[in-house]
Amino acid sequence: MTSRTEALQTFKREGRIVIVGASLAGLRAAESLRDEGFTGSLTVIGDEKGEPYDRPPLSKQVLTGWVPAEATTLPRRREVDAQWLLGVPASGLDVAAGLVRLADGREVPYDRVLIATGVRARPWPHEAEAALDGVFVVRTREDAAGLRQRLADGPDRVLIIGAGFTGSEIASICRERDIPVTVAELGPGPLVGALGAMIGEIASEMQRAHGVDLRTGVKVTSLEGDEQGRLRRAHLSDGSTVDADVAVVALGGIRNTEWLQGSGLAVGPWGIAADSGCRAMDLNGLITDDVFVAGDVARCPHPVYEYRFISLEHWVNAVEQAEIAAHNMVHLQADRWPHLTIPSFWSIQFGVNIKSVGVPTFADEVVITQGSVAERRFVATYGYQGRVTAAVTFNNAKWLDHYRKLIETAAPFPPPCPTPDQPVDAKPVPVDFPGPMLLAQGATVVVTGHDPDERRVTAARP
Amino acid sequence: MRVVVDLSRCQGYAQCAFLAPDAFRMHGEEALMYDPSPDDAQREQVLRAAAACPVQAILVDRLEGRDAAAEAMRS
Amino acid sequence: MTMTRTPGILPRILDYSARADPYPLYAELRRTPVALQEDGSYVISTYRELTALLHDPHLSSDIRNLAHPLPGAGREDNPAFLNLDPPEHDRMRRMAMRHFGPPHTPGLVDGMRPDMTAVVNGLIDGLQGRKQIDVVDDFAYPFPVTVICHLLGVPREDEPRFHQWVEALVDAIDYNPAVDPPERLQKGMQARAELRQYLGGLVEERHSRPGDDILSKLATDDGPDGRMTDEQIISTANLLLIAGHETTVNLITNGVLTLLRHPQMLQRLRNEPGLIIRLVEELLRYEPPVHIIPWRAAYSDITIADTTIPKGSQIMLMLASGSRDPDRFHDPDRFDPDRQDNQHLGFGSGIHLCFGGPLARLEAQIAITEFVRRVDNPRLVADPPPYRRSPILRGPLHLLVEQG
Ligand SMILES: Cc1cc2nc3c(=O)[nH]c(=O)nc-3n(C[C@H](O)[C@H](O)[C@H](O)COP(=O)(O)OP(=O)(O)OC[C@H]3O[C@@H](n4cnc5c(N)ncnc54)[C@H](O)[C@@H]3O)c2cc1C
Ligand code: HEM
Ligand code: SF4
Repeated sequence: MTSRTEALQTFKREGRIVIVGASLAGLRAAESLRDEGFTGSLTVIGDEKGEPYDRPPLSKQVLTGWVPAEATTLPRRREVDAQWLLGVPASGLDVAAGLVRLADGREVPYDRVLIATGVRARPWPHEAEAALDGVFVVRTREDAAGLRQRLADGPDRVLIIGAGFTGSEIASICRERDIPVTVAELGPGPLVGALGAMIGEIASEMQRAHGVDLRTGVKVTSLEGDEQGRLRRAHLSDGSTVDADVAVVALGGIRNTEWLQGSGLAVGPWGIAADSGCRAMDLNGLITDDVFVAGDVARCPHPVYEYRFISLEHWVNAVEQAEIAAHNMVHLQADRWPHLTIPSFWSIQFGVNIKSVGVPTFADEVVITQGSVAERRFVATYGYQGRVTAAVTFNNAKWLDHYRKLIETAAPFPPPCPTPDQPVDAKPVPVDFPGPMLLAQGATVVVTGHDPDERRVTAARP
Repeated sequence: MRVVVDLSRCQGYAQCAFLAPDAFRMHGEEALMYDPSPDDAQREQVLRAAAACPVQAILVDRLEGRDAAAEAMRS
Repeated sequence: MTMTRTPGILPRILDYSARADPYPLYAELRRTPVALQEDGSYVISTYRELTALLHDPHLSSDIRNLAHPLPGAGREDNPAFLNLDPPEHDRMRRMAMRHFGPPHTPGLVDGMRPDMTAVVNGLIDGLQGRKQIDVVDDFAYPFPVTVICHLLGVPREDEPRFHQWVEALVDAIDYNPAVDPPERLQKGMQARAELRQYLGGLVEERHSRPGDDILSKLATDDGPDGRMTDEQIISTANLLLIAGHETTVNLITNGVLTLLRHPQMLQRLRNEPGLIIRLVEELLRYEPPVHIIPWRAAYSDITIADTTIPKGSQIMLMLASGSRDPDRFHDPDRFDPDRQDNQHLGFGSGIHLCFGGPLARLEAQIAITEFVRRVDNPRLVADPPPYRRSPILRGPLHLLVEQG
């Protein structure tokens, strides 16, 4: 045995691993570490009280009234022998000394640490208005329980501020429960920021067909309450007002990185930069040896997307990065895994299963390759400089695996070969994203291998 | 019991909604909604559903009734 | 380059002598994942390539997209959704699903469990006191037939008539003019016409006197997709009748056979009835009732495993080989109900994934559970048993078992 493998064996037996963030990524990493044969001491620190729970149901089956918010505790894949420090936030990371500081003054030393502190909901910017009774965000179990109760009480009107996925899902549930709902969105349509103008238009029609009062291109400028501090009305940038007793602020998330101030890690508004093996990067761009990152708080380069750093608020990304990080924490360089899976996401709204693979914002054109937009059953394929980079399905998920392969193999865009249900008038149109896009040029790569230990990229066209 | 479905993997085959209709429901043709903590009386049906999923997207708690409660240390 | 001509292996698989154990030949076949045949068709045998193709929108189930017509049955005017592509496939399947499963009829199949258990126990009651039984004729065949007849609303007492038609039809699926007698094809075509006529009569009746069965519902209900024409109803009923007839019987029989070959597993199942759920999944991988999807068509050029399959080519999918692929399943030739992540191809995959899968699973779970629970000391009379002719829907013709 070489001294390196010996040191690794000792670490696996006696080392100390600390995980900060006790949610999806934190839990799955803890399980994977034990699966990988780590028998040393394992500590999981989380600021939320109670066991790790699942968030996607919070804007879906919880708000429909079907299941209570407390019912989403995550199932375990295996027993995890760990010390759980719950209900206490970490307040600092000392990389040189190898310890995590807790807000209550305790210090937890580590040999390796995994940061999985995720995202919190972006609050309404005016504090007093945000405190009005009836104003909600939805990120935690408590948030969802409160909103669930309000929806059950039968509000006169719900105002959704921001028509991203969460906002749109909640609007859909309001309509399902026959609650009047207004959606205010600054962009030209729902989901535009994530999926582009074409899907935005389809989503707009879908919302309106379900009776949503959709206002696009407007900003909510202020929220107004009554003497009891209850929300009454909202003022919009076009001068109009909306009377509503419930408002859901769905303006995206803020990465939980404040506690890393001064740690020397490469922390920014899009999260903590890391390599594709989830090892954190420091401010100088050096990869650290003992600090790992996973989940919504991570920002990792993806070879298929020209090594750009991509941050994803996707459930499966948190699960996969947790596994990759855990594996790499207990392996030597030669056995480490890169995270090369093509990103994927789902959302359920207005009776439609919306799914995506790839990075739709990394595209210049989009075309409907299968199905019918009118029936809201279709596949939209995204391309960038002549290769497929993403696909979005509306009730057509059984085809997605095919498109994942097209992305992995840098297949030509638009896809040249016809399929039986290709719309006759299918023509690529500009993808049209409102904000800055993730664009660049250059050679590209293809992903090979199927198991984590054989997945690698190779240059596509030398 | 506790259940989670990897809906990124789920392709809407609805096998689960056939076999455990109280725990798994299709929302429209393809979107799955499910009860993440179905009643123990549904255990057998949920296990049938999980086994039948063609893409094995359904995870049922492996700790099987053992006390999985995390020990919380308050600040 | 993985593409080579491999004459010899496929004919050996299709030959009756391979029926009892085709698996070694599948292993040989997998050395060439995409194998071009003498006649220009392609045979796919590896898991990765099979799943890729089953999710490839360029793979067509519509006979019109074959460059050369099949030697067997010609195109029907109203093919059932098994032989249609989207969007018609999806629409027809939705219209049929409306009366069978979620989202419109979610509780039907699960709600049939008590009745199905009663049917099975009635059949086992009938076996009492007999020294030797035929698992196929006495048990595994009559059970699913009773169930599908009840569901569809086809009178059980007509079974002897349509049984013959269905057998003749299935016999003609893989008709090969080079080796098979032309009567086989003729018989199949005639059976098809007679079965359609028979079903047409039933549909006619249901228009005027609807009952609670699927035929009645198809004939009278106007869902969001509208109503099927009578011809489409006949095709759908035809498909459901055949599929419900010719497949589950193999799963149940293969289950009994496999357990008798693995006595420790039989004992374990007796002590641990919950094992049946995973055991049936493993059967669908290890001894699946449907071995081959005999043809699909390349709608456009398809590139797979470095091979380009030209537009119009006929493609044969060796599902049972994929489920034994060692690159996907650890120790694939071992029967192991504890296997994790068992994403077998027993019911296919993609948009044509078996429509009746949940029903078939419950049927097999109930039948095998009750058989094991109630039949005392069952012993195989002959191993291997005699097999049916078909290499596509593969299973024992008879399975003689001694009890007591
Ligand atoms: C309402 C809602 C709906 C969603 N729907 C979907 C969907 O349909 N599809 C999809 O793909 N994804 C969806 N997601 C996203 C998905 O839930 C996230 O990607 C996933 O939760 C990320 O897990 P994580 O563990 O990385 O982060 P998080 O779940 O955010 O967990 C981070 C944890 O760290 C804790 N923490 C933060 N700071 C500290 C600190 N300093 N000390 C200790 N602990 C700390 C947090 O309180 C939290 O418990 C949804 C999210 C929400 C909120
Ligand atoms: C163990 C029993 C069964 C097995 C192994 C089985 C297997 C299969 C397979 C492999 C397919 C895919 C065919 C293809 O892709 O071309 C299929 C399709 C189909 N099966 Fe089954 N089946 C079984 C039982 C049933 C039953 C009981 C029914 C009826 C209730 C049924 C109805 C269908 C139908 C209608 C299709 C066509 C689906 C489509 O094209 O969309 N099957 N089956
Ligand atoms: S059986 Fe699996 S793929 Fe199908 S709906 Fe259920 S979870 Fe999704």
